[in-house]
Amino acid sequence: MKATVESLLRLGDDRLVLGHRLSEWCGHAPILEEDIALSNISLDLIGQAERFLGLAGAREGRGRDADALAFLRGPTEFRNCLLVEQPDLDFAHTIVRQVLFDSAALPELERLASSSDAELAELCARAAKETRYHARHAREWFVRLGDGSDESHRRMQAALDALWPFTAELRESEPEASWGAELSRLIETARLRRPGDPEYPTGGGRRGVHSEHLDRLLAEMQCVARAHPGASW
Amino acid sequence: MSPPTADSQWPLWEVFVQEKAGAPHEHAGSVHAPDGELALQAARDVYARRGPIASLWVVESERIVATTTADAASFLEPGPEKLYRHSRFYSGPKARKSK
Repeated sequence: MKATVESLLRLGDDRLVLGHRLSEWCGHAPILEEDIALSNISLDLIGQAERFLGLAGAREGRGRDADALAFLRGPTEFRNCLLVEQPDLDFAHTIVRQVLFDSAALPELERLASSSDAELAELCARAAKETRYHARHAREWFVRLGDGSDESHRRMQAALDALWPFTAELRESEPEASWGAELSRLIETARLRRPGDPEYPTGGGRRGVHSEHLDRLLAEMQCVARAHPGASW
Repeated sequence: MSPPTADSQWPLWEVFVQEKAGAPHEHAGSVHAPDGELALQAARDVYARRGPIASLWVVESERIVATTTADAASFLEPGPEKLYRHSRFYSGPKARKSK
Protein backbone atom coordinates (compact mmCIF):
# COMPACT_ATOMS: atom_id res chain seq x y z
CA MET A 1 0.00 0.00 0.00
CA LYS A 2 1.32 3.45 -0.92
CA ALA A 3 2.06 5.87 1.88
CA THR A 4 -0.42 8.73 2.11
CA VAL A 5 0.55 12.35 1.57
CA GLU A 6 -0.35 12.94 5.20
CA SER A 7 2.06 10.32 6.52
CA LEU A 8 4.86 11.57 4.25
CA LEU A 9 4.30 15.11 5.51
CA ARG A 10 4.63 13.82 9.08
CA LEU A 11 7.95 12.16 8.30
CA GLY A 12 9.21 15.17 6.37
CA ASP A 13 8.00 17.86 8.77
CA ASP A 14 9.47 16.14 11.84
CA ARG A 15 12.87 16.20 10.18
CA LEU A 16 12.61 19.66 8.69
CA VAL A 17 11.70 21.27 12.00
CA LEU A 18 14.20 19.27 14.05
CA GLY A 19 16.91 19.91 11.46
CA HIS A 20 16.24 23.63 11.64
CA ARG A 21 16.32 23.55 15.45
CA LEU A 22 19.68 21.81 15.46
CA SER A 23 21.04 24.26 12.90
CA GLU A 24 20.54 26.97 15.50
CA TRP A 25 23.56 25.54 17.34
CA CYS A 26 25.83 26.28 14.40
CA GLY A 27 28.45 28.63 15.78
CA HIS A 28 27.12 28.28 19.34
CA ALA A 29 27.70 24.67 20.43
CA PRO A 30 29.69 24.05 23.63
CA ILE A 31 32.79 22.93 21.74
CA LEU A 32 33.91 23.12 18.11
CA GLU A 33 33.68 19.35 17.57
CA GLU A 34 30.09 19.33 18.82
CA ASP A 35 29.25 22.32 16.66
CA ILE A 36 30.34 20.31 13.62
CA ALA A 37 28.53 17.16 14.77
CA LEU A 38 25.21 18.95 15.37
CA SER A 39 25.49 20.78 12.06
CA ASN A 40 26.12 17.47 10.29
CA ILE A 41 23.11 15.87 11.97
CA SER A 42 21.05 18.93 11.08
CA LEU A 43 22.07 18.61 7.42
CA ASP A 44 21.22 14.89 7.42
CA LEU A 45 17.75 15.67 8.78
CA ILE A 46 17.09 18.47 6.29
CA GLY A 47 18.22 16.14 3.49
CA GLN A 48 15.78 13.48 4.73
CA ALA A 49 13.03 16.10 4.94
CA GLU A 50 13.67 17.18 1.37
CA ARG A 51 13.21 13.61 0.14
CA PHE A 52 10.08 12.86 2.18
CA LEU A 53 8.50 16.19 1.24
CA GLY A 54 9.47 15.72 -2.39
CA LEU A 55 7.63 12.41 -2.44
CA ALA A 56 4.69 13.95 -0.59
CA GLY A 57 4.47 16.73 -3.18
CA ALA A 58 4.67 14.27 -6.07
CA ARG A 59 1.89 12.12 -4.63
CA GLU A 60 -0.24 15.12 -3.79
CA GLY A 61 -0.19 16.08 -7.46
CA ARG A 62 -0.77 19.77 -6.93
CA GLY A 63 2.56 20.88 -8.29
CA ARG A 64 4.16 21.56 -4.90
CA ASP A 65 7.78 20.45 -4.63
CA ALA A 66 9.82 20.05 -1.43
CA ASP A 67 10.70 23.76 -1.37
CA ALA A 68 7.08 24.83 -1.75
CA LEU A 69 6.04 22.51 1.07
CA ALA A 70 8.88 23.63 3.34
CA PHE A 71 8.73 27.35 2.75
CA LEU A 72 5.21 28.23 1.66
CA ARG A 73 3.02 26.45 4.20
CA GLY A 74 1.82 28.08 7.40
CA PRO A 75 2.07 26.56 10.90
CA THR A 76 -1.38 24.94 10.84
CA GLU A 77 -0.37 22.97 7.74
CA PHE A 78 2.69 21.46 9.41
CA ARG A 79 2.34 17.88 10.65
CA ASN A 80 5.45 17.61 12.83
CA CYS A 81 5.19 16.35 16.40
CA LEU A 82 5.42 19.00 19.09
CA LEU A 83 8.63 17.54 20.53
CA VAL A 84 10.79 18.68 17.60
CA GLU A 85 9.67 22.31 17.75
CA GLN A 86 10.61 22.69 21.42
CA PRO A 87 13.36 25.29 21.86
CA ASP A 88 16.95 24.65 22.88
CA LEU A 89 16.84 26.10 26.36
CA ASP A 90 20.25 24.56 26.97
CA PHE A 91 22.40 21.75 25.60
CA ALA A 92 20.61 19.24 27.84
CA HIS A 93 17.30 20.00 26.12
CA THR A 94 18.93 19.39 22.74
CA ILE A 95 20.35 16.02 23.78
CA VAL A 96 17.19 14.84 25.55
CA ARG A 97 14.99 15.93 22.64
CA GLN A 98 17.26 14.09 20.23
CA VAL A 99 17.32 10.89 22.30
CA LEU A 100 13.52 10.90 22.64
CA PHE A 101 13.01 11.57 18.95
CA ASP A 102 15.55 9.03 17.71
CA SER A 103 14.26 6.36 20.11
CA ALA A 104 10.95 6.29 18.28
CA ALA A 105 12.13 7.45 14.84
CA LEU A 106 14.68 4.68 14.35
CA PRO A 107 12.32 1.72 14.85
CA GLU A 108 9.73 3.51 12.72
CA LEU A 109 12.19 4.00 9.85
CA GLU A 110 13.41 0.41 10.16
CA ARG A 111 9.85 -0.84 10.02
CA LEU A 112 8.98 1.34 7.01
CA ALA A 113 12.19 0.28 5.25
CA SER A 114 10.49 -3.04 4.55
CA SER A 115 7.24 -1.44 3.43
CA SER A 116 5.63 -2.65 0.21
CA ASP A 117 5.75 0.97 -0.95
CA ALA A 118 9.13 0.75 -2.71
CA GLU A 119 9.76 4.50 -2.91
CA LEU A 120 9.01 4.98 0.77
CA ALA A 121 11.05 1.91 1.74
CA GLU A 122 14.11 3.24 -0.05
CA LEU A 123 13.92 6.67 1.60
CA CYS A 124 13.42 5.10 5.02
CA ALA A 125 16.32 2.66 4.64
CA ARG A 126 18.58 5.56 3.77
CA ALA A 127 17.27 7.70 6.63
CA ALA A 128 17.58 4.80 9.11
CA LYS A 129 21.28 4.49 8.33
CA GLU A 130 21.86 8.14 9.22
CA THR A 131 19.54 8.02 12.21
CA ARG A 132 21.50 5.11 13.70
CA TYR A 133 24.49 7.41 13.94
CA HIS A 134 22.42 10.32 15.28
CA ALA A 135 21.03 8.05 18.00
CA ARG A 136 24.48 6.80 18.93
CA HIS A 137 25.80 10.34 19.19
CA ALA A 138 22.93 11.59 21.33
CA ARG A 139 22.94 8.53 23.59
CA GLU A 140 26.62 8.90 24.37
CA TRP A 141 26.02 12.48 25.51
CA PHE A 142 22.84 11.51 27.33
CA VAL A 143 24.72 9.02 29.52
CA ARG A 144 27.74 11.26 30.09
CA LEU A 145 25.68 14.29 31.09
CA GLY A 146 23.08 12.36 33.09
CA ASP A 147 25.78 10.47 34.96
CA GLY A 148 28.12 13.49 35.00
CA SER A 149 28.51 16.44 37.34
CA ASP A 150 25.79 17.60 39.75
CA GLU A 151 24.93 20.44 37.42
CA SER A 152 24.80 18.34 34.24
CA HIS A 153 22.65 15.76 36.04
CA ARG A 154 20.27 18.44 37.28
CA ARG A 155 19.93 20.00 33.83
CA MET A 156 19.37 16.65 32.15
CA GLN A 157 16.66 15.67 34.63
CA ALA A 158 15.00 19.07 34.16
CA ALA A 159 15.07 18.65 30.38
CA LEU A 160 13.76 15.09 30.61
CA ASP A 161 10.92 16.18 32.91
CA ALA A 162 10.05 19.08 30.59
CA LEU A 163 10.12 17.08 27.34
CA TRP A 164 8.67 13.77 28.55
CA PRO A 165 5.00 14.78 28.05
CA PHE A 166 5.72 15.14 24.32
CA THR A 167 6.56 11.44 24.01
CA ALA A 168 2.81 10.74 24.10
CA GLU A 169 2.64 12.00 20.54
CA LEU A 170 5.46 9.71 19.41
CA ARG A 171 3.26 6.76 20.33
CA GLU A 172 0.79 7.86 17.66
CA SER A 173 3.22 6.92 14.89
CA GLU A 174 5.23 4.19 16.60
CA PRO A 175 3.94 1.90 19.37
CA GLU A 176 5.88 2.32 22.60
CA ALA A 177 6.47 -1.43 22.69
CA SER A 178 9.17 -1.02 20.04
CA TRP A 179 11.16 1.69 21.82
CA GLY A 180 9.97 2.24 25.39
CA ALA A 181 11.95 -0.50 27.10
CA GLU A 182 15.24 0.47 25.52
CA LEU A 183 14.65 4.12 26.35
CA SER A 184 13.95 3.20 29.98
CA ARG A 185 17.21 1.26 30.14
CA LEU A 186 19.08 4.22 28.71
CA ILE A 187 17.51 6.56 31.28
CA GLU A 188 18.60 4.15 34.01
CA THR A 189 22.14 3.92 32.62
CA ALA A 190 22.31 7.72 32.68
CA ARG A 191 21.18 7.61 36.35
CA LEU A 192 18.15 9.72 35.53
CA ARG A 193 14.59 9.24 36.73
CA ARG A 194 11.93 8.34 34.20
CA PRO A 195 9.12 10.89 34.60
CA GLY A 196 5.58 9.67 35.10
CA ASP A 197 3.26 9.83 32.14
CA PRO A 198 1.06 12.92 32.21
CA GLU A 199 -2.61 12.57 32.95
CA TYR A 200 -3.43 14.76 29.97
CA PRO A 201 -0.92 13.95 27.22
CA THR A 202 0.36 16.75 25.03
CA GLY A 203 -0.47 16.39 21.37
CA GLY A 204 -2.01 17.99 18.34
CA GLY A 205 1.01 18.46 16.09
CA ARG A 206 -0.18 15.78 13.69
CA ARG A 207 -3.41 17.75 13.24
CA GLY A 208 -1.67 21.09 12.78
CA VAL A 209 -2.17 22.35 16.34
CA HIS A 210 1.24 23.70 17.31
CA SER A 211 2.95 25.75 19.99
CA GLU A 212 4.01 29.33 19.40
CA HIS A 213 7.57 28.03 19.05
CA LEU A 214 6.76 26.74 15.57
CA ASP A 215 5.45 30.16 14.45
CA ARG A 216 8.77 31.77 15.32
CA LEU A 217 10.80 28.96 13.82
CA LEU A 218 8.91 29.15 10.53
CA ALA A 219 9.06 32.94 10.46
CA GLU A 220 12.83 32.71 10.51
CA MET A 221 13.15 29.66 8.27
CA GLN A 222 10.76 30.94 5.61
CA CYS A 223 11.50 34.68 5.53
CA VAL A 224 13.97 34.59 2.63
CA ALA A 225 11.86 32.30 0.47
CA ARG A 226 8.77 34.40 1.09
CA ALA A 227 10.53 37.71 0.51
CA HIS A 228 11.84 36.53 -2.85
CA PRO A 229 9.09 34.39 -4.41
CA GLY A 230 10.34 32.09 -7.13
CA ALA A 231 14.02 32.70 -6.39
CA SER A 232 16.28 29.68 -6.76
CA TRP A 233 19.36 28.87 -4.72
CA MET B 1 35.33 11.56 32.22
CA SER B 2 38.79 13.11 32.31
CA PRO B 3 39.18 16.39 34.18
CA PRO B 4 39.60 19.44 31.96
CA THR B 5 43.16 20.36 31.14
CA ALA B 6 44.69 23.70 32.04
CA ASP B 7 43.50 25.35 28.83
CA SER B 8 39.92 24.31 29.71
CA GLN B 9 39.79 22.06 26.67
CA TRP B 10 39.32 18.32 26.77
CA PRO B 11 42.31 16.13 25.96
CA LEU B 12 43.62 16.21 22.43
CA TRP B 13 43.31 13.07 20.28
CA GLU B 14 45.16 12.33 17.06
CA VAL B 15 43.02 10.96 14.25
CA PHE B 16 44.17 8.35 11.73
CA VAL B 17 42.08 7.63 8.67
CA GLN B 18 42.17 4.51 6.50
CA GLU B 19 40.74 5.13 3.04
CA LYS B 20 40.24 1.50 2.12
CA ALA B 21 40.78 -1.88 3.73
CA GLY B 22 44.42 -2.87 3.72
CA ALA B 23 45.69 0.68 3.18
CA PRO B 24 47.74 2.32 5.94
CA HIS B 25 46.04 4.52 8.52
CA GLU B 26 47.28 8.02 7.84
CA HIS B 27 47.32 10.95 10.21
CA ALA B 28 44.43 13.29 9.36
CA GLY B 29 44.51 15.79 12.21
CA SER B 30 43.28 16.07 15.78
CA VAL B 31 40.15 16.66 17.85
CA HIS B 32 39.34 17.48 21.46
CA ALA B 33 37.18 14.95 23.30
CA PRO B 34 36.59 13.73 26.85
CA ASP B 35 37.04 10.06 25.95
CA GLY B 36 37.68 7.61 23.13
CA GLU B 37 34.11 7.08 21.95
CA LEU B 38 33.42 10.80 21.63
CA ALA B 39 36.84 11.32 20.04
CA LEU B 40 35.89 8.71 17.45
CA GLN B 41 32.58 10.48 16.81
CA ALA B 42 34.25 13.88 16.51
CA ALA B 43 36.82 12.36 14.15
CA ARG B 44 34.05 10.90 12.04
CA ASP B 45 32.35 14.28 11.74
CA VAL B 46 35.50 16.29 11.13
CA TYR B 47 37.65 13.99 9.01
CA ALA B 48 35.52 11.20 7.57
CA ARG B 49 32.34 12.81 6.33
CA ARG B 50 33.49 13.96 2.93
CA GLY B 51 34.54 10.68 1.40
CA PRO B 52 34.43 6.92 1.73
CA ILE B 53 36.45 5.79 4.73
CA ALA B 54 37.21 2.19 5.73
CA SER B 55 38.36 2.74 9.29
CA LEU B 56 39.23 5.38 11.87
CA TRP B 57 41.71 5.31 14.72
CA VAL B 58 41.99 7.83 17.52
CA VAL B 59 44.80 7.93 20.04
CA GLU B 60 45.37 10.35 22.89
CA SER B 61 48.04 12.78 21.74
CA GLU B 62 49.92 12.47 25.00
CA ARG B 63 50.30 8.74 24.41
CA ILE B 64 52.46 9.45 21.40
CA VAL B 65 56.17 9.40 22.10
CA ALA B 66 57.85 11.61 19.54
CA THR B 67 61.24 13.00 18.69
CA THR B 68 61.91 16.69 19.13
CA THR B 69 63.54 19.08 16.69
CA ALA B 70 66.64 19.05 18.87
CA ASP B 71 66.84 15.28 18.53
CA ALA B 72 66.78 15.35 14.77
CA ALA B 73 70.48 15.75 14.07
CA SER B 74 71.74 12.94 16.25
CA PHE B 75 68.69 10.73 16.04
CA LEU B 76 67.55 10.81 12.43
CA GLU B 77 70.22 12.09 10.05
CA PRO B 78 72.76 9.53 8.91
CA GLY B 79 76.34 10.42 8.23
CA PRO B 80 76.88 11.36 4.56
CA GLU B 81 78.91 8.19 3.96
CA LYS B 82 76.23 5.94 5.44
CA LEU B 83 73.34 6.42 3.04
CA TYR B 84 72.98 2.64 2.93
CA ARG B 85 71.40 2.94 6.34
CA HIS B 86 68.32 4.46 4.71
CA SER B 87 65.88 1.81 3.63
CA ARG B 88 64.99 3.84 0.55
CA PHE B 89 65.88 0.97 -1.79
CA TYR B 90 63.08 -1.15 -0.45
CA SER B 91 59.36 -0.55 -0.85
CA GLY B 92 57.54 -0.17 2.40
CA PRO B 93 54.05 0.75 3.55
CA LYS B 94 52.78 3.92 1.88
CA ALA B 95 52.54 5.87 5.11
CA ARG B 96 56.25 5.39 5.80
CA LYS B 97 57.43 6.76 2.46
CA SER B 98 58.86 10.23 2.56
CA LYS B 99 57.24 12.50 0.03
